[in-house]
Amino acid sequence: MSQGLSVTGYLSEEEIKNSPGIPSESRRQKGPVAVIECIQDIPCNPCEASCRAGAITVGEDITNLPSLDEEKCVGCQTCVPICPGQAIFMVDESLPNGRATVMMPYEFLPLPDEGEIVTALDRSGKKLGDAKVTSVRKTERMDETAVVTIEIPKEWSMRARAFRLKR
Amino acid sequence: MQRCEMVSVGAGPAGLAAAIEAARSGVQVVVYDENDRPGGQLFKQIHKFFGSKEHRAQERGFDIGRQLLEEARQLGVEVSLNSVVLGIYENRAMNVMIRDRIEQVKAQKILVATGASENMIPFAGWTLPGVIGAGAAQTLANIHGIRPGNRLLMVGSGNVGLVVAYQMLQAGCRVAAVIDAAPKIGGYGVHAAKVARYGVPFLMSHTVKEAHGMDRVQGATIIQVDEKWKAISGTEKEMDVDTICLAVGLNPMTQLLQMSGCKMVYVPNLGGRVPAHDLNQETTLPGIYVAGDVSGIEEASTAIIEGRIAGLSIAQSLGYLEEQAFLEQREQQLQSMRGLRSGSHGEARGKAKDYLNAVMKG
Repeated sequence: MSQGLSVTGYLSEEEIKNSPGIPSESRRQKGPVAVIECIQDIPCNPCEASCRAGAITVGEDITNLPSLDEEKCVGCQTCVPICPGQAIFMVDESLPNGRATVMMPYEFLPLPDEGEIVTALDRSGKKLGDAKVTSVRKTERMDETAVVTIEIPKEWSMRARAFRLKR
Repeated sequence: MQRCEMVSVGAGPAGLAAAIEAARSGVQVVVYDENDRPGGQLFKQIHKFFGSKEHRAQERGFDIGRQLLEEARQLGVEVSLNSVVLGIYENRAMNVMIRDRIEQVKAQKILVATGASENMIPFAGWTLPGVIGAGAAQTLANIHGIRPGNRLLMVGSGNVGLVVAYQMLQAGCRVAAVIDAAPKIGGYGVHAAKVARYGVPFLMSHTVKEAHGMDRVQGATIIQVDEKWKAISGTEKEMDVDTICLAVGLNPMTQLLQMSGCKMVYVPNLGGRVPAHDLNQETTLPGIYVAGDVSGIEEASTAIIEGRIAGLSIAQSLGYLEEQAFLEQREQQLQSMRGLRSGSHGEARGKAKDYLNAVMKG
């Protein structure tokens, strides 16, 4: 049976590899960059309009997949809470000591505290291990979607896409 | 008998959008809704919408509902709640039950925007308290702030099932699984991914066999089905749940249209029997228009556009809008609609709508 987003509910390695929204490893190591996990031709384009650096292109036909110009992306985070599908993350692999951060949209209450230790989850909800919350942002413009950054071992940077509070 | 220029039956996204467009040109509009609150399903929609800026993408449904209501109010649209349109008779006469009295109303143009009702599937124990529709789960959690259950099984992986499963997680439920008899997830992958990443398993080619419990749901048996949706015995699994939530499709609420004699067409891709209608949303009965889910199951964004087109067309046919201006504005709306009816999820709906338009031409 063919696995993948439309069967398991989460992206397979193959689907990620073939997506036009995924930055290269070398770009991720240079600093924060958007990771757009949007692989279906659904009619949607707020990400394109939100990007002031012009790094995201959907085009005239709004069912096109968003494609990322990784050199133009400045890692500003604006697109993360904007995506109605919560499919955009910000990954930074430039940290020392084999660490990385993943920034993700978060629509649950209570919000974690900065510095709190939470459990990082992969796309299927499987526990990866402990992660430290390094930033929690929620402004009026984000319309109730908070953006939470967790620090994790670098090996998880392209796997950790959610977290669960331990309390 | 009370007379008015336009009546909209239903104050959901389609009805409100139509009322706004018509009133903007000067049409006198009354909107009847049987509920005690306006907005249809919009106020349950706490997620951000898809689409483009013109479709109000990235805005949440209830915010769009608030804005539509405010706009309608400013344009002098009368919204009459607790008002049930009982029947549409010859020459667009209607009986309307407003609270405990019945009024006769005659309108030059009627828009039927009554929406849809949820499908249910029968299984052993399906009448137990705890077996609920996804709409009910949303009403409880998002309107009344009540968690429908603690451990929930979601049946159906269309966008409704996926969005509600996510909202149940937000409400603090544990979602045991999302199951679907189809081999693939029906809704948007991004909605599924939001649920999967919190550990909810997706079991495709599965259906509910039985709900357990004496006076309420205390568990469920699910079973795998083959490609013909036939249960495969021996594949049963026990689910420890107290709530079974059904999100197995919607059915257009066409009773008023059927009784008034509109031509109906069976279109599976639009949810069943739907009224034939033209590009202006007018049915085979002159002066009776349709918009939103009653004219074929789609979504709030498309309902709003259909409503706008119906409202513009009504304004034009009543002499409030020049033909040239009407055609230009309608083209704008149709253009906007094309975006929403494309892609692998929307294309089939677009084709089905073209078919309905073709039926009108004969």
